[in-house]
Amino acid sequence: MNSQGETLIEAKAVSISHQGRAVLQNVNMAVQRGEIVTLIGPNGAGKTTLVRVMLGLLKADSGDVVRSPGLCIGYMPQHLTLSENMPLTVMRFLTMAGKNSKLSMQDILQELDIEQLADYPMQRLSGGEHQRVLLARALLRQPDLLVLDEPVQGVDVTGQAALYNLITRIRDRFNCGVLMISHDLHLVMANTDQVLCLNNHVCCSGHPDSVSQHPAYLELFGTAVQAELAIYTHHHDHTHDIHGNVKSDDEGHGHG
Amino acid sequence: MDDFLLRALVAGLGVALVTGPLGVFVVWRRMAYFGDTLAHSALLGIALGILLGINLNLSVILLSILLALLLVGMNRNRHLSHDTQLGILAHSALSLGLVVMAFQTSVRVDLMAYLFGDILAVNATDLLWVWGGGFVVLTILMLIWKPLLSITVHEELAQVEGTPVMAVRLAFMLLIALVIAVSMKIVGVLLVTSMMIIPAAAARSLSRTPEQMALLAAVMGALSVILGLAGSWQWDTPAGPSVVVAAALLFSIVRIVIPPR
Repeated sequence: MNSQGETLIEAKAVSISHQGRAVLQNVNMAVQRGEIVTLIGPNGAGKTTLVRVMLGLLKADSGDVVRSPGLCIGYMPQHLTLSENMPLTVMRFLTMAGKNSKLSMQDILQELDIEQLADYPMQRLSGGEHQRVLLARALLRQPDLLVLDEPVQGVDVTGQAALYNLITRIRDRFNCGVLMISHDLHLVMANTDQVLCLNNHVCCSGHPDSVSQHPAYLELFGTAVQAELAIYTHHHDHTHDIHGNVKSDDEGHGHG
Repeated sequence: MDDFLLRALVAGLGVALVTGPLGVFVVWRRMAYFGDTLAHSALLGIALGILLGINLNLSVILLSILLALLLVGMNRNRHLSHDTQLGILAHSALSLGLVVMAFQTSVRVDLMAYLFGDILAVNATDLLWVWGGGFVVLTILMLIWKPLLSITVHEELAQVEGTPVMAVRLAFMLLIALVIAVSMKIVGVLLVTSMMIIPAAAARSLSRTPEQMALLAAVMGALSVILGLAGSWQWDTPAGPSVVVAAALLFSIVRIVIPPR
């Protein structure tokens, strides 16, 4: 039952319109266990709407969303807009996820490298910390499916790469399916199994390599994207850990 | 101590113990204006109660519940922004209440008592309403505490995790309606929201957890009642406003001693 390839959730011919405008037209998609599916597309393409329909937060006008029986979803929203007036520590926020043992809490805090933040007020977190805490909350439910709405929002570029690597590692470790929305094309491509290019309908979908060559994709995002990709391919003589601290690739060599 | 002062104190403490814990959610959920709207419309409830000759507490509770439901319904209508909806409802209900009252020629209505409260005139029945109603409200609040906190942090996240968002939100609105109805006679329709907001705000910088803040808000409210009534007795000032002034002073002192970080 926990085998790879089990279909966790599937949207069948989902259509929805808002104030007379068709936001989603006949969209089909599915997420398998162990698979990372990324939704890309311009603003207003219906990415968030599709995710909300999949989560059951929004009802489609027509079409179905089929979940595997007993599916547990871990959801990471874009961001929290907590009132400054609410005294809430990271640990308290995380325990609100409900069912989980103390053991798995420690485990997940370690995995996401946020142990030292446990007693921090939620409102004092940096962009990257905030996103990792939200991810931790989703993971604490030991989900079959992780749904991430722009997980790298408000995170600097090196942090973004680290976060995407983290998501891949989580998928490998917990063998869950991942459905995420993303804007930054080049970072996503390296860390995803399937890309779904959405523009109110599914323009194209498939493995990142094939999608990035697809005419519909090129028309939507332009050839500039390819050029940008080429420029971006270069090497650092050091890397950063998830906090942005410099880590030398080889000992005894660093800045200066 | 005189009997009426003792009754005032008991009634005021009863109100403070409920408005504090409920008020923290009003503050966290940015619903101050919502509370004001329900409170203002309570005057219409009184006017209708007098007109129909039914118990005033009951008519206010019923009208508040009706308006809370109406607001939940209106909230789904995205053509008007939420604060505009509240503004329309708050002021038209207040004005309608005043107009309806003007038609009552048979009964002399002490308008000031309803607008600003008449804590020194509370009787045994009022005490029963305040403490009975308060007990019901606090019990329900404790029962829905966890899901209410969850939807206050992030409604959609809570919904995905299986919280019945609509039901909890509705229950919370009904609690506010109930509290306003039972505390109206004590602090008045214009000041009742202040007893939810000010003690909660005063408790903020002293608290590390949501529960601490709720308890401290009750304590702050209780202190305000004691200080306000003492001041009112000492300087012969109106009791309801004196309590609110005391709460504001407490808030200022806490802010100065422990500035928000």
